[in-house]
Amino acid sequence: MKYREQAAVLNIEEIGKDIFSLVLQTRQIAQEAVPGQFVSVYSNDRSRLLPRPISICEADGESGCLRLVFRIAGEGTREFSRLEPGDRVDLVGPLGNGFPAERAEGKRVWLVGGGIGIPPMIQLDHVLEEMGAAASVTAVLGYRDEQFLLDDFTSECVIATEDGSAGTKGNVLDAVRERGLKADVIYACGPTPMLRALKAYALQEGIECWLSLEEKMACGIGACLSCVCRSTEKDEHSQVNNKRICTEGPVFLSTDIEL
Amino acid sequence: MTPNLSVDLCGVTLKNPVMVASGTFGAGEEFSQFLDLNRLGAVVTKGVASVPWPGNPTPRICETPSGMLNAIGLQNPGYEVFAKRDLKFLENYDTKVIVNVCGHSVEEYIDCVEKLSEESRPDMLEINISCPNVREGGIAFGTSPEGVEKITEAVKRVARQPVIMKLSPNVTDITQIAKAAEAGGADALSMINTMTGMKIDIRRRTFALANRTGGLSGPAIHPVAVRMVWQCAQAVKIPIIGMGGIASAEDALEMIMAGASAVSVGTANFHDQTATLQIIDGIQQYLEENNIEDIRELIGCVK
Repeated sequence: MKYREQAAVLNIEEIGKDIFSLVLQTRQIAQEAVPGQFVSVYSNDRSRLLPRPISICEADGESGCLRLVFRIAGEGTREFSRLEPGDRVDLVGPLGNGFPAERAEGKRVWLVGGGIGIPPMIQLDHVLEEMGAAASVTAVLGYRDEQFLLDDFTSECVIATEDGSAGTKGNVLDAVRERGLKADVIYACGPTPMLRALKAYALQEGIECWLSLEEKMACGIGACLSCVCRSTEKDEHSQVNNKRICTEGPVFLSTDIEL
Repeated sequence: MTPNLSVDLCGVTLKNPVMVASGTFGAGEEFSQFLDLNRLGAVVTKGVASVPWPGNPTPRICETPSGMLNAIGLQNPGYEVFAKRDLKFLENYDTKVIVNVCGHSVEEYIDCVEKLSEESRPDMLEINISCPNVREGGIAFGTSPEGVEKITEAVKRVARQPVIMKLSPNVTDITQIAKAAEAGGADALSMINTMTGMKIDIRRRTFALANRTGGLSGPAIHPVAVRMVWQCAQAVKIPIIGMGGIASAEDALEMIMAGASAVSVGTANFHDQTATLQIIDGIQQYLEENNIEDIRELIGCVK
């Protein structure tokens, strides 16, 4: 189910330059959210009509707490960064399909996050830890420079930075090659060039690879067809080679989509 | 006493004048878990063509002050799946169904309208001759009075249901287009479709939309839509469905007073899935507070 809720801000904190951690009290959204899903966050300024799709970083079903980590990308997210405890914000969620955590069973798993694509990997990390079914889990995290959310992972973290200030100098694939790491299944979220490189790597190595995509959205619930991506096969809903990121995604098997 | 909200649209009675604008609501299924579709005056479906259309590349939308630009490009699953899945879904609801039809050529419009004539569920057809985001068809038919009259006549010849022509605001004098549609035999007019606009992304130094231009919708265009509905209400006798940035009962009432017999709510559905219901409730409240027994007293009351 999808819910529209007015959530109360419990906590907000700047955890990196222009990167904010926002904890909200929800009634149902946190209870039903699975890793890799997202919420539509609405502005309180009536001149900004469209929701901002933000991935779920953590969801605690018992307390109803939902944690979102986002970067200021424009005036909408700037408004969210100025929220204060006690403020209210309209949400719709949980939206999208999420990562298929069950595919990790008995496998060597990489959780690959690039920049502001790192937050959704945390809930997946926690769920995999709880399941305890994966052979191994390694978080492979790519940053431009400043690192954030490192302490929130329970798995071992391998880091790449563009400026070489920590870990491997380069990208996430440079980091795994430097360490000689191997995976059987990859879950990833991050910028398109990173996802494109992982798709090619997975194809070459014959690895199952799940990618979380991003696109501007208007309805967020599958009606408006704004947020489509190219699919390799004809999609059942659209009847063309297009899939709705908000509904069939945001997580796709890398071989099912074109990037 | 509860005031009357029902209106008549060329022989079709709507339980209230509030419907949804084509393209913002799919065929209602996605929205049905947020609101009761039975409460709507009508559901206007996303444009359908005789065969599937892939639409435009992404990005397809961007936000603008009090509005948005879209260039979806009429992506649709084609008539067959639409009929089997979407029309079938709407059989479960007690609301009127208006099917929006698009095409690349007169033949494609006719093909789709002929197929729809064999369906029982559609109560009316809305012919999209005003989409600014596809090169062929759409707006190509909607910008000259001769073109509009010709396609209206062609559609009317094969349509079983009443025909609504959806007009573009991207013309010099919309009353000429409205008159041409009326002369071609249109049963009603929908107006306005989106206004062609452009946004530039200064960070990437290129167009915000892959299609370069898009259709502007939302509260930003509402005063333009009210003006055009008022102008056309003075120029034609057929009923008008008013749309363009309606986000509140006040917006809807303005449109009705300007001459619209019904209204469509579009972009507001993206901001609030239940916008239509709040508008219906707000209209009823206005009527009660002002001791107006029948919404029809307000249609075109501002001359």
